[in-house]
Amino acid sequence: MGNKVIIIGAGPAGLSAAITLAEKNIGVVVIDEYLYEGGRLLGQLYEETPNKWWNGIAESERLLARAKELNVEFSLQTSVSDLEKIDQDWVLHTNKGVFHTKQLLLATGAAESPFPIPGWTLPGVMSVGAAQVMTNVHRVKPGKRGVIIGVNVLSSAIAMELQIADVQVAAITLPAANLLTINSSNPLEVMNSLLYVSHMAPSPLIKIGSKFMKNEILKKLGIRFYPKDGVKMWGIPIMLRKAVIEIVGKDQVEGVVLATVNIDGSIVPGSEKRIDVDFVCIAGGLYPLAELASLAGCPFHYIEQLGGFVPLHNEQMETNLTGLHVAGNITGIEGAKVALAQGKVAALTIASKLGASVTQIDIQQAIENVETTRANAHIQFHPEVLVGRQKMKEIWAQTLSHTLS
Amino acid sequence: MTERIMSHPILGDLPHKEKVSFTFDDQLYEAYKGESLAAALLAQGIRTLRVHEETGHPRGIYCNIGHCFECRVNINGLDGERACITPVTEGMVVKSGKALPTTVRDWRKHHGK
Repeated sequence: MGNKVIIIGAGPAGLSAAITLAEKNIGVVVIDEYLYEGGRLLGQLYEETPNKWWNGIAESERLLARAKELNVEFSLQTSVSDLEKIDQDWVLHTNKGVFHTKQLLLATGAAESPFPIPGWTLPGVMSVGAAQVMTNVHRVKPGKRGVIIGVNVLSSAIAMELQIADVQVAAITLPAANLLTINSSNPLEVMNSLLYVSHMAPSPLIKIGSKFMKNEILKKLGIRFYPKDGVKMWGIPIMLRKAVIEIVGKDQVEGVVLATVNIDGSIVPGSEKRIDVDFVCIAGGLYPLAELASLAGCPFHYIEQLGGFVPLHNEQMETNLTGLHVAGNITGIEGAKVALAQGKVAALTIASKLGASVTQIDIQQAIENVETTRANAHIQFHPEVLVGRQKMKEIWAQTLSHTLS
Repeated sequence: MTERIMSHPILGDLPHKEKVSFTFDDQLYEAYKGESLAAALLAQGIRTLRVHEETGHPRGIYCNIGHCFECRVNINGLDGERACITPVTEGMVVKSGKALPTTVRDWRKHHGK
């Protein structure tokens, strides 16, 4: 097993890397904790262009079939709890025993940030990604009628997916303002971030509105006069002037208390109103899931545009630790197509180290493909992701010059 | 009450799958072979998977993909297993998570401290 490359994470980045390596006749083992291969690609479902759907399950099946054809090995339901470097090997400790490898790729993806709101521990409250997986992957409705707390790219995309599956979304609202919801509870901030997803809105009203809103003064006016009952997107009210201040229920979710918020996010006293729902989704956004890189000893940098703390890495997807690579959302929050492209870069970098026929031009082309894919992305999780990528490039160059001097 | 999505406008009809049975707190339930325990229980209206070890408040799934450990249950005698990433197998014995004794606090309560 020591001669095979190990990839942790069977999502888009991991699968794409596994296929690329196997195509170069390099043995690969892909480890994943989940029941199925595909990672969070599985839940994805959206209309890229009219009548052309991005179906994550079909994409996963296609990648998996290719990987299996190339004899990529999979070890599912395998949780990696620790990793360490012993001599030249990365040693992984899992619930299915110890794995050794000289070349390790971390493609662990992302996790969701929660909003702690009174009542959020009641059964029936779940992350928005949980509702997506229940609906699209397991084909079980999270409930009959719910509210989504948190207005962002992910929550609006999943709201539509729930609606397609005949699960009613009563509203998408803001979370109540508290120390942990600072930007997500401020109507103006949220409106700003929404302007970048306006191309996804089928309603011409929002499209025209968002062009109009690029001016700061108009934006303030816009949020001041934003309808209290929200603007409808796909028939779902998006309420930028309401916040959920409490989730109520005895043994499970029975409703939420909504209140009107001022443009600074503060609550209008006396505006509280209860609505009945049987489930609640919390959409606090995504951050890179990078604990294993931390255990390995990678230096981390906080880059807001990439979604949080990211392990130091270069464009070739190398970390500064020998034999340790990263690809996909662990390097910054972006869509599955970017992850697929990054997986290929990481695999070519690893393959070249293992003496396969890979030229620097091949790697360079794969890097350029990441950039093109990013530029053409349907969904941008952070509007300034390019700024974030540039920051990481600069930090890498600085760190490297320190090491050399 | 929740339900299964048998047909979906984009993803199509749910493929026919083999069924298995399992118990949750000594009650018999059915699941599709290989589906997650959390999904099988939710499809049958079970949302509370455990109670908080100290307060006894009900808890269910939160992240549904293995990150948060909110859905921990006892599976075939093993504590702390995550219902969201465990596939149901025939004859699986599942117990919900229970409150644990808080001995110091209980002692204080009973001794007026």
